[in-house]
Amino acid sequence: MTDEMTEEGGTVKRFLYVNRRAPYGSIYALESLEVVLIGAAFEQDVSMVFIDDGVYELKKGQDTKAIDMKNFSPTYRALEMYDVEKLYADKESMDARGLTEDDLVVPVEVLSTEELANLMEEQDVVLSF
Amino acid sequence: MKFGIQVNEGPYQHQASDTAYQFTKAALEKGHEVFRVFFYHDGVNNGTRLTTPPQDDRNIVNRWSELAEKYDLDLVVCVAAAQRRGIVDDDEAKRQGKDATNIAPRFRISGLGQLIEAGIQSDRLVVFGD
Repeated sequence: MTDEMTEEGGTVKRFLYVNRRAPYGSIYALESLEVVLIGAAFEQDVSMVFIDDGVYELKKGQDTKAIDMKNFSPTYRALEMYDVEKLYADKESMDARGLTEDDLVVPVEVLSTEELANLMEEQDVVLSF
Repeated sequence: MKFGIQVNEGPYQHQASDTAYQFTKAALEKGHEVFRVFFYHDGVNNGTRLTTPPQDDRNIVNRWSELAEKYDLDLVVCVAAAQRRGIVDDDEAKRQGKDATNIAPRFRISGLGQLIEAGIQSDRLVVFGD
């Protein structure tokens, strides 16, 4: 495999972050977002995909007051500033939950299961949360 | 082959930590290289030396420490996840004004960049979790 190089001569690999959990109820979604933000400093080729309840992480209009948790959904809008711009959502998961792209806080490309499989196949590193 | 290992679950509650250990040990015994084991989420609880399992059970924490001693393995606990869950070494105790430490031998606390680096440097990053 011939990896690309960063400006400093480091290796660039394709990183895919797979987000499968609801934003609240467990800490996986929040802590995986922290990995993406820290990882952005490494100038890697980053993609994120939202599958299963993970699509809820991007849902507009989250109100977490009653559960005394921080609503971290605005952070997804900051991803663009970190050059994390390749965001994908699983069509089947969206459909099952009655969600469309208009319900989400950031623009995503909606992929079929087959397209998702191809996306995963193209990666060097897949981090699943 | 050069492996990176990520452990996302705590000891005893979940088998992920056992499986990660067995995988790491088997890989090392087969002559493979393990670049780093990175503990994240509740996985950071694998790094407390205060664990006291019943005597007839496996000691998951000691097992990691011993494997690290034998193979000079790099066991890294994520600092942000560790702060939330109270895993403390000398530096962290000083920095956060804590009255105790609990980090187990051969573990060290560091940042998430160590996980990304493991992904870059390893031929395969293997994630153990739910």
